[in-house]
Amino acid sequence: METVPKPGSRVPPKKDKLQGKKKKPRRYWEEETTPTAAEASPGPPRKRKRNRELRPQKPKNTHSTKKSRISKKPQVPKKPRERRSPGPQRSLSGAQDPFAGPAPVPVEVVQKFCRIDKSKKLPRSETKIRSQLEAAEAQEEEISVKAARSELLLAEEPGFLEGEDGEDTAKICQADIVEAVDIASAAKHFDLNLRQFGPYRLNYSRTGRHLAFGGRRGHVAALDWVTKKLMCEINVMEAVRDIRFLHSEALLAVAQNCWLHIYDNQGIELHCIRRCDRITRLEFLPFHFLLATASETGFLTYLDVSVGKIVAALNARAGRLDVMTQNPYNGVIQLGHSNGTVSLWSPAMKEPLAKILCHRGGVRAVAVDSTGTHMATSGLDHQLKIFDLRGTFQPLSARTLPQGAGHLAFSQRGLLAAGMGDVVNIWAGQGKASPPSLEQPYLTHRLSGHVHGLQFCPFEDVLGVGHSGGITSMLVPGAAEPNFDGLESNPYRSRKQRQEWEVKALLEKVPAELICLDPRALAEVDVISLEQEKKERLERLGYDPDTKPPFQPKPKRKGRSSTASLVKRKRKVMDEEHRDRVRQSLEQQLQKQEKAKPVGARPSALDRFVR
Amino acid sequence: MKVKMLSRNPDSYVRETKLDLQRVPRNYDPTLHPFEVPREYVRALNATKLERVFAKPFLASLDGHRDGVSCLAKHPKSLATVLSGACDGEASVTLNVRIWNLTKRKCIHMIQAHEGFVRGICTRFCGTSFFTVGDDKTVKQWKMDGPGYGEEEEPLHTILGKTVYTGIDHHWKEAVFATCGQQVDIWDEQRSSPICSMTWGFDSISSVKFNPIETFLLGSCASDRNIVLYDMRQATPLKKVILDMRTNTICWNPMEAFIFTAANEDYNLYTFDMRALDTPVMVHMDHVSAVLDVDYSPTGKDFVSASFDKSIRIFPVDKSRSREVYHTKRMQHVICVKWTSDSKYIMCGSDEMNIRLWKANASEKLGVLTSREKAATDYNQRLKEKFQHHPHIKRISRHRHLPKSIYSQIQEQRVMKEARRRKELNRIKHSKPGSVQRVSEKKKRVVAVVK
Repeated sequence: METVPKPGSRVPPKKDKLQGKKKKPRRYWEEETTPTAAEASPGPPRKRKRNRELRPQKPKNTHSTKKSRISKKPQVPKKPRERRSPGPQRSLSGAQDPFAGPAPVPVEVVQKFCRIDKSKKLPRSETKIRSQLEAAEAQEEEISVKAARSELLLAEEPGFLEGEDGEDTAKICQADIVEAVDIASAAKHFDLNLRQFGPYRLNYSRTGRHLAFGGRRGHVAALDWVTKKLMCEINVMEAVRDIRFLHSEALLAVAQNCWLHIYDNQGIELHCIRRCDRITRLEFLPFHFLLATASETGFLTYLDVSVGKIVAALNARAGRLDVMTQNPYNGVIQLGHSNGTVSLWSPAMKEPLAKILCHRGGVRAVAVDSTGTHMATSGLDHQLKIFDLRGTFQPLSARTLPQGAGHLAFSQRGLLAAGMGDVVNIWAGQGKASPPSLEQPYLTHRLSGHVHGLQFCPFEDVLGVGHSGGITSMLVPGAAEPNFDGLESNPYRSRKQRQEWEVKALLEKVPAELICLDPRALAEVDVISLEQEKKERLERLGYDPDTKPPFQPKPKRKGRSSTASLVKRKRKVMDEEHRDRVRQSLEQQLQKQEKAKPVGARPSALDRFVR
Repeated sequence: MKVKMLSRNPDSYVRETKLDLQRVPRNYDPTLHPFEVPREYVRALNATKLERVFAKPFLASLDGHRDGVSCLAKHPKSLATVLSGACDGEASVTLNVRIWNLTKRKCIHMIQAHEGFVRGICTRFCGTSFFTVGDDKTVKQWKMDGPGYGEEEEPLHTILGKTVYTGIDHHWKEAVFATCGQQVDIWDEQRSSPICSMTWGFDSISSVKFNPIETFLLGSCASDRNIVLYDMRQATPLKKVILDMRTNTICWNPMEAFIFTAANEDYNLYTFDMRALDTPVMVHMDHVSAVLDVDYSPTGKDFVSASFDKSIRIFPVDKSRSREVYHTKRMQHVICVKWTSDSKYIMCGSDEMNIRLWKANASEKLGVLTSREKAATDYNQRLKEKFQHHPHIKRISRHRHLPKSIYSQIQEQRVMKEARRRKELNRIKHSKPGSVQRVSEKKKRVVAVVK
């Protein structure tokens, strides 16, 4: 019965029995001890192992396998032997893969990429559509695992600042940090002394490469701040209220005393937009190509910069507007008002989407973080509050500051900076999605003048502060997202790449009507809208257009249409309809009675008195 | 104090020389890609618009026949070869069977096969010869390659019949073919008399088709409104279904053995499951005149139909409405249509003597695609699917220009249909409840099933 083992056959089926007698052929470089060690290893017996190898394991259902692929806890490094024991897989050469199967992914990372809300139930629908929806959900889940696995490939690590035992990081001054970090990073800290042209507003371009600033006395400049190469410097001979880069660093919008002007990176005036007058604040929505302007006259105006049209001009009816910010998650503009409310606006609606009462006294500054979950506000009541923007609009934490914050800014990783007089405070939270804790500041810095503008530089650990003494570039370790996406905003892009990106971005310009509180609503099944639409139309029109008009008999030809017969015919139809209605109501009554009747209860003699 | 600042080395993000590709690091973090859904929606909208812009399905017109093209046949082995027969009524003056090369768009071979109509043409499964039947009561077998130099064009075999043959189809695996006329005859290629002939009723049979999977099954349709199914292994027909109006042709689904589609005179196509003939699986309606021919794509998911209303339409098997309509100003009543074996093209032969070649997917780019192009089309296709139910996208993707004659007829028939529906409703309303039953559109057309 013994067969000669063929060279090609991998596992001869009878070999288990023979193992006691016959020695396995060994290579000369293998040590003597290896087979015995393998025998002694705490894994399952060989026979069972082989069975498992031979049988292709079929998952019972896809969901369970997917869950099993996601490890529930952050990975604790295991000993290599333990890891090897559960499922050793052998390759043709006999070598074992110590890390068999796909790499485990921590569940929090998968959560970050998960696009479906599991708490929401699928709508009631046909089985076919339902199965399609379920399949789509399963696919989304798989994709989120894959995306989470690609996280391993990211090259850069975020920065950090840690004090030694008991040392407060807020006590660490900029000079210490500059001294401690490498030369390239130290060069990112600089001060521009521009006392002459008064308090400055500043803006970083979306790639974080360029900086534009404008002083109250008309000084406007743009530069590549990393290489310190000046692009343009002009004096517009007029007060500059705000300054903002448009979609790329080539265009620059400046809110001047009278009108809104647009300059290119040479400092040449391209447009003067007289329909936007006395602007106080500017915001640019890069995916919609909309420039939102808030004016002294109380108007919020949306200007489409790709075609040069005004999309919407909304009257906020709250007096002078000088506090404005955008929610980068959904493109909603948030205005702070002097009565302590913050209102949320989209160009599609004449009325605000929501109004939040934040402070007793006017709102001085508003900022929203990059995930769109938290909003920080500060008011004349010297309070700094953090709100949850996901549905409830409830304050999460609040703190009274001695001076009150005049300017607020969120960084990409969720750090909150506040400018109070000539001091800048920065608070940090636990992670990217958590709100900053307001107990202990992370960093503080005193400037040479009063703060007038604040912005974190995207993709660099730098906070730009415009103040009455010029511009200060502060180092804030851990502020920025370390890994940029090359197709979205690439600080190192070439001219050609920028041009290509511009074309692509213009092609997929999101229409202004799509701005709403939940940007994912477009991909969801719209269940209620049909009923709601009908209700709204009814309210608007005051009558239901779908109801049948009352029956009007057609006149018959050749004089046979006497008034009497017309009335008779009308009567007939009316009676018929009446009968229908009575019949229906009777049926309904019957059904109700049957429902009301207790099942299986014996009829009682007293039932006749029940009404 | 421990501090680390974000400090990138530009060398790892910028290409070294101008000859390198640009480096594009990716990060799929959702916060770096805001407005994911609205941007995808805009992309889907753009893709849908581009699809309509690039929808240019017409490829070529093959002219040369001196009369209307009556039948077409595909070559089983060569994608570029197609055979066509014409209805040349004039006696033996013109040549009425042609073999075409589609890549060169030229006629490579012409035969004067019959006197009068060529009623049917079919190729042998090996592609070496083909059969024709004509109005002159003959069945002829021809060599595919044509005669050698100096030889005269002669058929390999000629069978003289007693009656006119109206259609022919060859078995998919064996040397057997079937003709139809007064009866369905099954012939061995080597014999001059049929192996068996089957009749059921007395009317003339217009077409016969072998099932490509269950190769011994046949289907035929006759002018007494019925579709008859036969099994070659037994001497009598299997069963028949009688419809409201006459069926012109049937075509078997090449992937599902028991499904076939019938092109009917009442402007509709009916997809039947041969196991349950009493209700059609699907009624396909969009044509505004009699449907003359139908052919399945090799994938079995779509079929194309040719109609007397001067258009051809492509239907998905499981949808009752067509997804595409092709027409040109010069195309007259379309008599025959074929879907090529690579499922990329459609050929149709029409009354005005031309054979037209169309793309099966109107906006598809022909030729070799680069991998980036392919990825882009795949991505766009997926986006279009994802957002297909959004009203704006749906409107654009559904829009087709129709000639005025078809457009006005559609309107007219809509009014007629609405009137019929209203009448039915009124009838139900004014009669005793339960005495008048509403009959579904599927059941309405089937008169009877006989076994």
